[in-house]
Amino acid sequence: MDNLFYLFWAYTLLWAVLFGYVLYLIRKLSSLRDEIDSIKEKMKKD
Amino acid sequence: MIKRLYLPGFLFFMVLIIGLYSVFFYAPVERVQGVVQKIFYIHVPSAWVSYLAFFIVFIASIIFLIGSSPQWDTIAYCSAEVGVIFTTMVLITGPFWGKPIWGTWWSWDPRLTTTLILWLIYLTYLTLRAYGGPGSSRYAAVLGVVGFLDVPLVHVSVKWWRSLHPTPVVINPQGPQLERSMFITLIIMLIAFTILYLLILSIRVAISRLEGEINELKTVSE
Repeated sequence: MDNLFYLFWAYTLLWAVLFGYVLYLIRKLSSLRDEIDSIKEKMKKD
Repeated sequence: MIKRLYLPGFLFFMVLIIGLYSVFFYAPVERVQGVVQKIFYIHVPSAWVSYLAFFIVFIASIIFLIGSSPQWDTIAYCSAEVGVIFTTMVLITGPFWGKPIWGTWWSWDPRLTTTLILWLIYLTYLTLRAYGGPGSSRYAAVLGVVGFLDVPLVHVSVKWWRSLHPTPVVINPQGPQLERSMFITLIIMLIAFTILYLLILSIRVAISRLEGEINELKTVSE
């Protein structure tokens, strides 16, 4: 039963890193979309 | 783009839930190693995805070197990044399995060492891409092709040299050496991880394309 510690941390770390990475990518994707929209807006004004 | 990911994302979560249920309630607890053996169901799929990711780098780099199409270069770069993330997961989950079974977090065992070398090769690839400047993509592509030679070496290392690491239980000349429920559970987790890889790769490629678009727009507006 002591080995549950290792099992718990292996699963927790894996999913924390993978979901953290996916979240980071999704946020970056939407911030780049916003940046493109603002550049296009600026170009229209100019 | 994000809306297009809803269906594969939903599919991933469904397969993952079935997979995790199988890991903890369907597959039996291994007699010798106990519950810690269940790390196997995330360790092996992580290794599988890293091999797949580096195989895509290998193929995309060859096509890029032949035809100079930037599209393939982008796929290679993005797949290398995802491959490094999953190799990191292999290097993290492995010690959590090794410590209670071998009594040590790390050993300079052939399988562990060749996996660490694989991680370093593709970390070098990413560093070269990030800081190499213009023209670095061709050097990186060569590294992406040559670096892939380490993948079969990682696989056969447990056969060629004396190793603490278990020999392959799935890709084995005598067929899978696993109890049926363990094998089914592993297959479900392999499918879940493969869907996750494809999802992450498509997001990462979309990011690279948007970055390219922004650079073009900035050049036009200046």
